Amino acid sequence: MAEEKIRVLIAKPGLDGHDRGAKVVARALRDAGMEVIYTGLRQTPEMIAEAALQEDVDVVGLSILSGAHMALLPKTVQLLREKGLDHVLVVAGGIIPDEDVPKLKEAGIAEVFGPGTSTQTIVEYIRNKVAEIRRSRKNA
Amino acid sequence: MLDELVRAAILGDKRAIARLISIAENNGTLAREALKALYPYTGKAHVIGVTGAPGTGKSTLVNELAKEFRLRGLKVGIVAVDPTSPFTGGAILGDRIRMRDLYNDPGVFIRSMATRGSLGGLARATADAVKILDAAGYDKILVETVGAGQAEVDIASTAHTTIVVEVPGLGDDIQVIKAGILEIADIFVVNKADLEGADGVALSLEVMMSLGNSEKIIHHGILMEIKPAAQSPQPRWRPPICKTIATRGEGIKALAETIEKHLAFLKESGAWEEKEKLRASREVEEILRTELLKRVLSKVDRQAIEEILGRVVKREIDPYTAAEKLAGGLS
Repeated sequence: MAEEKIRVLIAKPGLDGHDRGAKVVARALRDAGMEVIYTGLRQTPEMIAEAALQEDVDVVGLSILSGAHMALLPKTVQLLREKGLDHVLVVAGGIIPDEDVPKLKEAGIAEVFGPGTSTQTIVEYIRNKVAEIRRSRKNA
Repeated sequence: MLDELVRAAILGDKRAIARLISIAENNGTLAREALKALYPYTGKAHVIGVTGAPGTGKSTLVNELAKEFRLRGLKVGIVAVDPTSPFTGGAILGDRIRMRDLYNDPGVFIRSMATRGSLGGLARATADAVKILDAAGYDKILVETVGAGQAEVDIASTAHTTIVVEVPGLGDDIQVIKAGILEIADIFVVNKADLEGADGVALSLEVMMSLGNSEKIIHHGILMEIKPAAQSPQPRWRPPICKTIATRGEGIKALAETIEKHLAFLKESGAWEEKEKLRASREVEEILRTELLKRVLSKVDRQAIEEILGRVVKREIDPYTAAEKLAGGLS
């Protein structure tokens, strides 16, 4: 049996046009052997959730620097769950104040990676989490 | 569970379609069962391949074509292939960036696919993804290859209509008479037609085709006869050249009409059946090859194979004799 690749959707919800961080992470995940679907700037939560469904991804990575994270990130998670994508791991990065992190986690964002996080940390986090999720889905 | 997925996909459920494509990419035996069940529902879609060098505008063109087909009330499936890194096995699949107009259209399904080591410009599972979308009721399936060089011609056996995209500035007119990618075109697109040199590209393609296709050309004012290499009994299709500026949507309507004309030609001339037959024979042959190889390898024990390979490496026997010995184990 062929090895099952980890598929990750990297998207930038909202209106800020700064995508350097998203590109650095996309590149690091590629170098870690993952398949990264890069959707580019100015995505709505609806676009992200639909792309995640069609691409059958394991992970959705959202990069946001505009300050609209409390509106856009929970909405994206909600739409994913409405489409039956309960298993999809959602992580975020960008400029997100510490006090918002607990609220985002409560809304279903699994982890928030602030500026300065090493790409190795992100790669390992995703690898471990996806392996865990796949195991529990197989046993279910 | 697989039965359920197949049933849902045939009814057009996007989640089921997505899951089945992943299964086709990942798992040989499961995928085989699914495709067996889907096969009777395939054969209706018109499969259109879009190929050409990196940066020629394939994704933008696919986006515009999809919009045009949607206006005509047709459901559109898209499979966009990008390369897998030969070093890490990872990939960046970026074709969706140019297809943002289509994200929330319920009549469009887009799937990005990494080549995972295949070299012909498609992934191993691309043909399977096409079948799944076909069975799910998509009328037009656009397959975008990796940025292709000269020899990535697999698309020609997957698609009914192959579009080769050229842009100004890629090379002189010797490039257009080389063998390979230009030979598989049913339609040429000269994209970025607002750039300088676009007319030159169109002219080179025109000249290239007249060199091979007409019986007589004028050379230094003297009539020169050209014998076509093989006379096909069928009426021939001369690949038309369409100029487009995909970023502005210009020339797309005409291109869509040309695609429909090619489809009509395929159906009327019998070339459609011919293509289907060729594809079926290639497919069965390939499956048979894998199957026979598996059978040979399962009959001979691992150690014997290792030993024979070792002898080949040491030049004690040659690879031909080695293969004959191994094949002998089958009978």
